Amino acid sequence: MSEKLTIETQDLTKRYNGAAVVDCLNLHIEENVIFGLLGPNGAGKTTTILMLLGLTEPTSGTAQVCGFNPTREPLQVKRLVGYLPEKVGFYEDLTARENLRFIAELNNINYADINRQVDEVLEMVGLTDTEIIEVTGPDQQQEKTVGKFSRGMKQRLGIADVLIKKPKVLFLDEPTSGLDPKGINQLLDLIADLPKRGTTVVLSSHQLSQVNRVCHSIGILSKGKIVEEGTIDQLNRATRSGGQQRIKVETVSPDEKLTTAIRKIKGVRDVTIQENLLLISTDIDTGVQLAISQTVVQHNFPLLQMSVEQFSLDDIYMKHFKEN
Amino acid sequence: MTAILRKELADYFTSIRFFVFFALVLLASAAGLWAASQGIRSTNLPEGFIFLGLFTTPGVIPLFNSLPVLIALIIPLIGIALGFDAINSERSGGTLSRILAQPVYRDSVINGKFLAGLVTMTIMIGAMILLISGFGLRMIGVPPTAEEILRLFLYLFLSIVYGAFWMGLAILFSVLLRRVASSLLTSLGIWLFFSIFIFMVAPWIASTVVPVTTESPQVELIRYTELQLMIMRFSPNFLFQEATRAVINPMLVGSLGMVSASQRAYLIPNPLSLGQSMLLIWPHLTGLISLSAICFALSYVLFLRQEIRAT
Repeated sequence: MSEKLTIETQDLTKRYNGAAVVDCLNLHIEENVIFGLLGPNGAGKTTTILMLLGLTEPTSGTAQVCGFNPTREPLQVKRLVGYLPEKVGFYEDLTARENLRFIAELNNINYADINRQVDEVLEMVGLTDTEIIEVTGPDQQQEKTVGKFSRGMKQRLGIADVLIKKPKVLFLDEPTSGLDPKGINQLLDLIADLPKRGTTVVLSSHQLSQVNRVCHSIGILSKGKIVEEGTIDQLNRATRSGGQQRIKVETVSPDEKLTTAIRKIKGVRDVTIQENLLLISTDIDTGVQLAISQTVVQHNFPLLQMSVEQFSLDDIYMKHFKEN
Repeated sequence: MTAILRKELADYFTSIRFFVFFALVLLASAAGLWAASQGIRSTNLPEGFIFLGLFTTPGVIPLFNSLPVLIALIIPLIGIALGFDAINSERSGGTLSRILAQPVYRDSVINGKFLAGLVTMTIMIGAMILLISGFGLRMIGVPPTAEEILRLFLYLFLSIVYGAFWMGLAILFSVLLRRVASSLLTSLGIWLFFSIFIFMVAPWIASTVVPVTTESPQVELIRYTELQLMIMRFSPNFLFQEATRAVINPMLVGSLGMVSASQRAYLIPNPLSLGQSMLLIWPHLTGLISLSAICFALSYVLFLRQEIRAT
């Protein structure tokens, strides 16, 4: 991963009737990474993407995508950027190949290369001839029109549609919606592979487990502002350093006497017992772990295991929105 | 823009609505020819303008008594059919954001659609004029003169401009209104008003402003007629019908306005030259071109200012 920035925004703001939908947004997305853009509905994710694509003008602030300003140089940006909206639209009376050819023509792809590139991207997304060709009679077959495609097939076609121009940056808005588990896995594998082909991906999704699986870094948007940004490890540390940590101690049949003793340790906030586990919420302090282990041993309980629980992406995400 | 134009043309030429309207055009051509065949031999046509008689000779059915009336009826429908869902169907289908995410200027989309509509309309109206000319030539055996050919080209141009106005209006509503059905109904409503209701409203307004009876002085009657004419000229349909009458009927004497019986008595029944006909229709032509330009410019500006979202 290089550290060159592909997308950078400075105080990017979009207001509708005076209300800020995106508010002084400062994003920094490195080249060839998968960046997860998270946030609840109405957080400003789609508006941010539209501004980065040059489809809507910011009220104030600036953005740079691949070195171009999307407001002033929208065509240069669109040549390098692909966008897959959540509800992707196709010409339903055209076939998959006809739809892709049209997009290839709009991107000025050389006529001689169009058919080859169309076949390439269809293969990449797993839309094989068996899926897109229908039998219309004895020894007769023809390509299905997109209107006859399932939601999952359309979604895969959408990915093919954005890949045909070989984009440097790809904006994917809920790309796995409507896909079955097998389709989701295939698609996530494909997305995970894109940075190796030189494509930076911005993935907007509510599926935190999917974001966790493929994203190198994430940004959490709330009310148009980035409230968290970094790798999941960085966010984990930031979450812990910002407040509490949870220490998990495994022993044998802990009793009330032990929990009372642990509660008396400076920095300990709460202790709960779950069978042989002690779940201890503490302030961030390296000394507290040593004090807890000593207390357990002094009370003649075996210390089988002790760990500082890592926050999952769900915890990081939910923590923020619970706080607000 | 070429890719969009090509796709739009392919869409139009393979759509059911194209075949329906082309069938209507063929029917109109047949009706026009039939009307001409009924009366062209008995009509006293001036020398050098016999061929144009194919387009002006009235038939026996009063409602569709001549080709210009039929064409004035069909062209707005073709224009509306080509434009009413130009933008909003793309928006609701999610294809607009897909196109605009590609390296194309936003105006290429609306320009490509408008141009494709114009080409389709030109083909339809041109085909109709050629069909009537071809079959008519076989029927009457008199070839058109150079002036008649020029007048037919002018007629074609007028028809395209007239159709462009209705298409521009339909595109404007397709930009303004989210639902396809709304833009279609609004366009049809306006067409109905300017094609039928304005001819009922105009005398009513005129008689309210200038009340006349059979005994009213001539000055009042002239005021009443001129006011009525002025109101009707707000209708593109009326403008088109007046202009086509002057173009393909060179025997149209006097002006397109009111001619009194006493004035008519002094008029020499001589065909107008092309230049004189042009002079007569100049305000109509510029009016129709301006109306089309205003509709298209409004659609263009509104479309360029709209925010395009995927949903």
